[in-house]
Amino acid sequence: MALYSRSGRPRPQAGGFELFVWYYMRLSGVALFVLALTHFSLQHFLFDPANETSQWIFNQRWNSVFWRSFDWLMLMMVVTHAFLGIRTVTMDYVKGGWRTLALTVLYLVGVIIFVMGTSVVLSVQMPGGA
Amino acid sequence: MNVDLRILRFDPEKDTEPHWQTYQIEVRPMDKVLDLLIRVKGEQDGSLSFRRSCGHGICGSDAMLINNRNRLACKTRVDQIGKKISVAPLPGLPVVRDLVVDMSGFFTKYRSVKPYLINDEPEPERERLQTQKDRARFDDTTKCILCAACTTACPSFWARPEYVGPAAIVQAHRFIFDSRDEGANERLEILSDENGVWRCRTIFNCVDACPRGINITGAILDVSKAIVARRG
Repeated sequence: MALYSRSGRPRPQAGGFELFVWYYMRLSGVALFVLALTHFSLQHFLFDPANETSQWIFNQRWNSVFWRSFDWLMLMMVVTHAFLGIRTVTMDYVKGGWRTLALTVLYLVGVIIFVMGTSVVLSVQMPGGA
Repeated sequence: MNVDLRILRFDPEKDTEPHWQTYQIEVRPMDKVLDLLIRVKGEQDGSLSFRRSCGHGICGSDAMLINNRNRLACKTRVDQIGKKISVAPLPGLPVVRDLVVDMSGFFTKYRSVKPYLINDEPEPERERLQTQKDRARFDDTTKCILCAACTTACPSFWARPEYVGPAAIVQAHRFIFDSRDEGANERLEILSDENGVWRCRTIFNCVDACPRGINITGAILDVSKAIVARRG
């Protein structure tokens, strides 16, 4: 006989990671609200989008460590918030071996994007030649 | 006036799948859906099965899916929902027969959060006193009647039947925030499990479904915050 009925729940296991994800999603949500709004105002209102070539981004925006860090932070928040969100949906609706597979692919793609984004932000040289 | 009452019927001895059956019935606008069910059973079809006890919104026996929303049949008036009425068992729980669902899993989860006063201090001569402010802290969650309308309205529960569900969290909240109780840590530990409060996606279906008007999502977030504060 099963220890619990069909929709009963097994003995609980303490889970620190679920807590972390829950809290992180809330904090990154608030952070993104500020970061994305600032980004949006800058790119679409304070500067004319017609002038924003990649050269302009290198010369104007990424010429300062502050804005480079700002963009990196926003990128990372977007990536982690989005991927953890997909993880949530996967955990809810995908079962068994498919879940393991889906999560593995998800984490892998997440890490690749993280590494790619970081390497771009770090490797583009300062126009000043620093 | 006449209404079409559509009921999702299932007899485990005859049927492989549930099927809809429609009954025409003469009603008064102030009749409750429960009155209609009782009359169908008494006058048209004695084989109809459903649960009811008090008939006044307190016992929580007759929660069902009425016109696609979880409500208590005894608190839903005909004039609130119109001339076409559909009644189905609560979604997400195994159907025993017609509108009767198997609540054993629901109550297993309820018991798992230790829904009783935990206090090992010696009993005082009279009652354990509490300020009005302390009492108000968990007042909302004392209203729960365990009808399961919230838990079975929750998409997280549908997707993952292991999720402890809003009703059990409401019951835990009632004791976690009671100044006379000392079992908060135990309950928070239980609810910080993988199938505990983190499964709440703040969809608010539970709040919408609750016949007692409890701010269930708020209560769940209270518990989540308490777990974060405890670890932090």
